[in-house]
Amino acid sequence: MTRYSIEIRIKPRPGLLDPEGKAIHHALHSLGWDNVEDVRVGKVMYLDLEAESADAATEAATAMCRKILANPVTEDFDVSLSVGGPAVEASQDKLEGARS
Amino acid sequence: MKAAVVTFPGSNGDYDLYKAAQQVGFDTHFVWHRERGLRAFDVVLLPGGFSYGDYLRAGAIARMSPIMEDVVAFADAGGPVLGICNGFQTLCEAGLLPGALVRNDVLRFQGKDVRVRVERADLPFTCDYSDGQILTIPIAHGEGNYEADEATLEKLEGEGRVVFRYVDREGSATDEANPNGSWHNIAGLTNESGNVLGLMPHPERAMERILGSDHGLALFTSLATSVPVLSA
Repeated sequence: MTRYSIEIRIKPRPGLLDPEGKAIHHALHSLGWDNVEDVRVGKVMYLDLEAESADAATEAATAMCRKILANPVTEDFDVSLSVGGPAVEASQDKLEGARS
Repeated sequence: MKAAVVTFPGSNGDYDLYKAAQQVGFDTHFVWHRERGLRAFDVVLLPGGFSYGDYLRAGAIARMSPIMEDVVAFADAGGPVLGICNGFQTLCEAGLLPGALVRNDVLRFQGKDVRVRVERADLPFTCDYSDGQILTIPIAHGEGNYEADEATLEKLEGEGRVVFRYVDREGSATDEANPNGSWHNIAGLTNESGNVLGLMPHPERAMERILGSDHGLALFTSLATSVPVLSA
């Protein structure tokens, strides 16, 4: 078993009204950053878990997102994981690349 | 005639709901979210509040409570289930109703009386109202903005599943009358079979004229009238 650090990013779905993002967008404009075209607010979750492989860890995290962590009506998610290093994309080759 | 009020950690509308059900003649019981079994009941009520502090998303964690499996089974068997405010959010999270309730477009908690129009007076929850009747009922929520994709909205409208809509004094569903940005001014909706109702306004807080409004009373008398027929 290997210990993986998982990062789950949850974002409001495109086209969905994001009142919080809109309010922050407005605040940035009033502070002079009027080149900001859009702001969307999501959330990031950090999980540590043990799994047989990177694929198994990703699969588990994806299942968690589908079951409870994200609401498919309003949110999209993506999962990345790392083995004692910075987060990398969740595919086996890239993981092995990161280790070598 | 027995009613269950399902209570989650953080529910705060449970006593009002208990009182409302009792007032119209239900033998009413609190059922804690970790208990199991709803077979003895004729109607299941999910109260308002802030279950689990609204962590993750409103209703998302409550939906995973052991009792929710029984609520889903009860609804699937045709039993009447009413979810108010946080109860509505929980029913959406549980998939008993489509769509989701997100942050109010105005970004502020809205606590005030609103007007809603009765769009369906043929349900076990609404048979003591009349079609098009305008009610004054309080709301109290930060996340009551009803969202669903176009296809779902079309289906809801096509099947006449919107039960309550925010309207103005004249009964028009205007943007000004919409307190939270809900699509199509939706304040409450039902499932395909019409035995699950979720709504953001609080009928259980509009039971006595001396306290502002008694327009919520007919929702509970409707249940008291139709439940014996349903369970017969």
